[in-house]
Amino acid sequence: MKSDKQKALLGMVLIGVALALLPFLIGKGLGNSWVRVLDFALLYVMLALGLNIVVGFAGLLDLGYIAFYAVGAYLYALLASPHFGLHWPVWAVLPLGALVAGLFGVLLGAPTLRLRGDYLAIVTLGFGEIVRIFINNLNAPINITNGPQGISQIDPVRIAGVPLSKTFEAFGLSFPSVYLYYYLFLALTLLIVFVSIRLEDSRIGRAWVAIREDEIAAKACGIDTRNVKLLAFAMGATFGGVAGGLFAGFQEFVSPESFGLMESIMVLCMVVLGGMGHIPGVILGGLLLAILPEALRHGAVPMQRALFGQVLLDPESLRMLLFGLALIAVMLYRPAGLWPEARRKREFLAEKAK
Amino acid sequence: MRFPVKTISLAVASAFIVFGCGKEAPPPPKAEQPAAPPAKPTVTVKIGHSSPLTGPQAHLGKDNENGARLAIEEANAKKLEIGGAMVTFELLGEDDQADPKQGTTVAQKLIDAKVNGVVGHLNSGTTIPASKLYADAGIPQISPSATNPKYTQQGFKTAYRVMANDEQQGKVLGDYATKQLAGKKIAIVDDRTAYGQGVADEFEKAAKAGGGAIVAREFTNDKATDFAAILTKIKSKKPDLIMYGGMDAQAGPMAQQLKKLGVKSRMIFADGGCTTEFHKLAGDAGEGHYCSLPGLPLEKMPGGKAFIDKYKATFNLDIQLYAPYAYDAASVMIDAMKRANSVEPAKYLAELPKTAFDGVTAKIAFDERGDVKDAAITLYQAKGGKWEALESIGGAPAPAQPAAMEGVSGMSGMGAAPAPAAPAASTEKK
Amino acid sequence: MDTFIQQIINGLVLGSIYALVALGYTMVYGILGLINFAHGEVVMIGALTALTVIKLLADSGLPGTVVVLIGLLAAVPVCMALGFTIERIAYRPLRNAPRLAPLITAIGVSIVLQQLAMIFWGRNYHAFPPILPATGRDIGGAHITDVQIAIVLLAVAIMAGLMLLVNRTRLGRAMRATAENPQIAGLMGVNINIIISATFLIGSALAAVAGVMVSANYSIAHYHMGFILGLKAFTAAVLGGIGNLPGAMLGGVLLGLIESLGAGYIGDLTGGFLGSHYQDVFAFFVLILVLVFRPSGLMGEKVSERA
Repeated sequence: MKSDKQKALLGMVLIGVALALLPFLIGKGLGNSWVRVLDFALLYVMLALGLNIVVGFAGLLDLGYIAFYAVGAYLYALLASPHFGLHWPVWAVLPLGALVAGLFGVLLGAPTLRLRGDYLAIVTLGFGEIVRIFINNLNAPINITNGPQGISQIDPVRIAGVPLSKTFEAFGLSFPSVYLYYYLFLALTLLIVFVSIRLEDSRIGRAWVAIREDEIAAKACGIDTRNVKLLAFAMGATFGGVAGGLFAGFQEFVSPESFGLMESIMVLCMVVLGGMGHIPGVILGGLLLAILPEALRHGAVPMQRALFGQVLLDPESLRMLLFGLALIAVMLYRPAGLWPEARRKREFLAEKAK
Repeated sequence: MRFPVKTISLAVASAFIVFGCGKEAPPPPKAEQPAAPPAKPTVTVKIGHSSPLTGPQAHLGKDNENGARLAIEEANAKKLEIGGAMVTFELLGEDDQADPKQGTTVAQKLIDAKVNGVVGHLNSGTTIPASKLYADAGIPQISPSATNPKYTQQGFKTAYRVMANDEQQGKVLGDYATKQLAGKKIAIVDDRTAYGQGVADEFEKAAKAGGGAIVAREFTNDKATDFAAILTKIKSKKPDLIMYGGMDAQAGPMAQQLKKLGVKSRMIFADGGCTTEFHKLAGDAGEGHYCSLPGLPLEKMPGGKAFIDKYKATFNLDIQLYAPYAYDAASVMIDAMKRANSVEPAKYLAELPKTAFDGVTAKIAFDERGDVKDAAITLYQAKGGKWEALESIGGAPAPAQPAAMEGVSGMSGMGAAPAPAAPAASTEKK
Repeated sequence: MDTFIQQIINGLVLGSIYALVALGYTMVYGILGLINFAHGEVVMIGALTALTVIKLLADSGLPGTVVVLIGLLAAVPVCMALGFTIERIAYRPLRNAPRLAPLITAIGVSIVLQQLAMIFWGRNYHAFPPILPATGRDIGGAHITDVQIAIVLLAVAIMAGLMLLVNRTRLGRAMRATAENPQIAGLMGVNINIIISATFLIGSALAAVAGVMVSANYSIAHYHMGFILGLKAFTAAVLGGIGNLPGAMLGGVLLGLIESLGAGYIGDLTGGFLGSHYQDVFAFFVLILVLVFRPSGLMGEKVSERA
């Protein structure tokens, strides 16, 4: 049998090849709209991983996470669009977006340190709404965010001078814009996954888990809960900020409507449904919940035809209805999430046995 | 940590399966032409449509889709022959939930389905990002209701709309408020959406230019039902007129709450509130208020009454708001195809700028940006639970019209705005 | 001055509406520790059910208030059945699950209810028939309608009724015991399942009342009306100390007053910079401020951390 290291290498190569070929398989097989869905799914995975740090690792219920996404997106929009006439390059804007989002994370986390559970939830929810409302209204007296009209004609992401918004020809293949963005998002998602894994396996990560399990005991063990919690918020926020900047470049348009409460709730569902605190689970949750509504959009009509011979319900109503039912069903059958941590599974089974 | 080869490969494999299973609808066939047809070949032309079909604006979204669908069905009934083939039109209606992100996903889906044209979207927030995709794919897009001026300012050859934009409408309203209604102290409320704020800002500019004083500028949102606080504040400033930038779902309750507070001033609002729903929601409190709609009064237009009846008969619903515009948008598209004698986007796109089409909302022609040229805007007043047309302004700021055109056919309203002062120059504002 | 009084009245009425919904939220939270996201949707279903009945009877010649009462009587059992079903299907199986699991099912239930309402009642806004008398009273130059007076009185009456229930009856004692420690309560002979179901039944009945009053006051009902209402009510409940009945009332009224006075006056105070477009924000700001100084809400008990 090959050694573990060789197995790991082989596994990584296989997966690498599969991921590299994925957009072609999907694009040619199902259509480019599915690659676009995949791109958005990757953005959501980034968000879910970020929220996972706050909710999953540190156990802090955050219902306003989308505010950091908004901050990242608007920062990109302000620095790379005709709005202020600035056109900074992406390698400057993205890290700056991450930094500013992290600062916001600290700002929003600071007042919540003494709050427990559901009080924390409503305050974070409030912050999410506050950020959105400010963005929606900061167009007078000075026009900062252009209010509800949003900012359009944002510069697309440019790598080495090549804009990702146009089809790129190389090696005899043509890469449409959605494929190019896929590779970019994939690279950053892998980076974020890597950072998450390293964080999980570090002193900070263990401190987070300690706080999540029992804050008083953690304090008693000498963990500075205040700073550790703030760090959780900050780290989670940076991921959101990065995803936000990418989103702005991808869509080339941002408006406050994209950053509402339902989005925050959706990301939370991804984390909990996938398996709170477990990175593979969170990725699964993110992919599933981002793709499911679109699969239902495509599939609702053919499915009804197959089952009933005709279309009974509007596909739109059916789509959201099935989505809600899916949320309920998954939580009923897998309350710890689809792919929970081994520890959590043991905890939960022990609870059930009682 | 040990690298979980098995689990990850399993995950990737299952992801492939999921995607594979996601492929429900087979890729649509391209319009085919069999070689040397003895009989007339048939061709199915797909027209895409996108609007919010779930969520708070679902009633408007469905309304749009119904309007477009009616146009498609009528065209099918006519059994048109274009480019030597018998054409059947098919409407692909999609739900974008008024979310810009879903708007682009839907746009991509329609492009992949190889539609020949798109009627949509409903909201500016979805129309603008989607327009870039359609432009890149060369698919003509006609929006029935997106009014953000930016949409046509982006310079896309494929972007059109059949409704006057916020600048045009806000200006007309502002002028009307200060001139015909002689408003001196005006309060403005908007619902903080792209549409509401856009039209309110333009109104404010025009009203100020017309000599009005803005005594209050208040805000609400598009989901609110309680306006007591801002209305009380407005009441204390004693305005002559209250302008609301927003939709009927708020305008109706707002009218009621104004009456409850004992405020006598009338409201004036743009197309968002100019619906039959407004009367249902406001009840008696809706009497006497003013509103504007781009285009000419539907009942007076040739084909207008027939459209209203047919809509009611087909869908058993009342027209909400933009259905006539969606109907016109689809009809303009089909008309361009007829004139180009081709259903190919590239070919009939060249015909669109030359459009001179008699729609049910107006005589439609486009300016070089894709906006409606000489957009006429009609002002209405609520009388007896209905909107009664007062006058139509051919986009001219100065009242070139003689006294109120009640009961006169809309068409002569157009004709009576003779060349001199009027339209062209003023509607050019962007 | 009359403007100020009017704003206070506006705030009281709005606040009472929030309080009506918040009472339902807080009851369920007090017993189960669960944020019932679907509560707003139950309110919406109550409103639409009542409206359907009221529209049917609108031309029957019965006096307006009687028609509304009949509508209410129709809505209450529907909501109670709904609340009972939701608890049985979506929350009971998850009683021992990680804390966030029932939150997700609650969100799922909320989505499902919205879609069902959209399918059943359609996408349009529904108008409340003008059968209620539009009379009112004038207080110091400010106007308040009879419906609004009814809302305020109803909120107070319901809160008093609930306090009586919780503090002076056997059922209430059982509820308090379950809230304190479900296992020990079970050992003492309390049937936990029945108590929890009863709580949901009462909470849902309250939701029906709230729904009818809201649609009567604003003359409008829509399948999407529950979401924002639920959110505001949740904020109010937390402001007052979640799990605490008088706290819900206090939180609701306070929230209503903050929104009214904020929208009315902050604009002038800040020279137009922060105006009524930030009205939702004022409420959250105050909430955060209160929670910074009193982490358990205005009337919340200091919950000791259990090891």
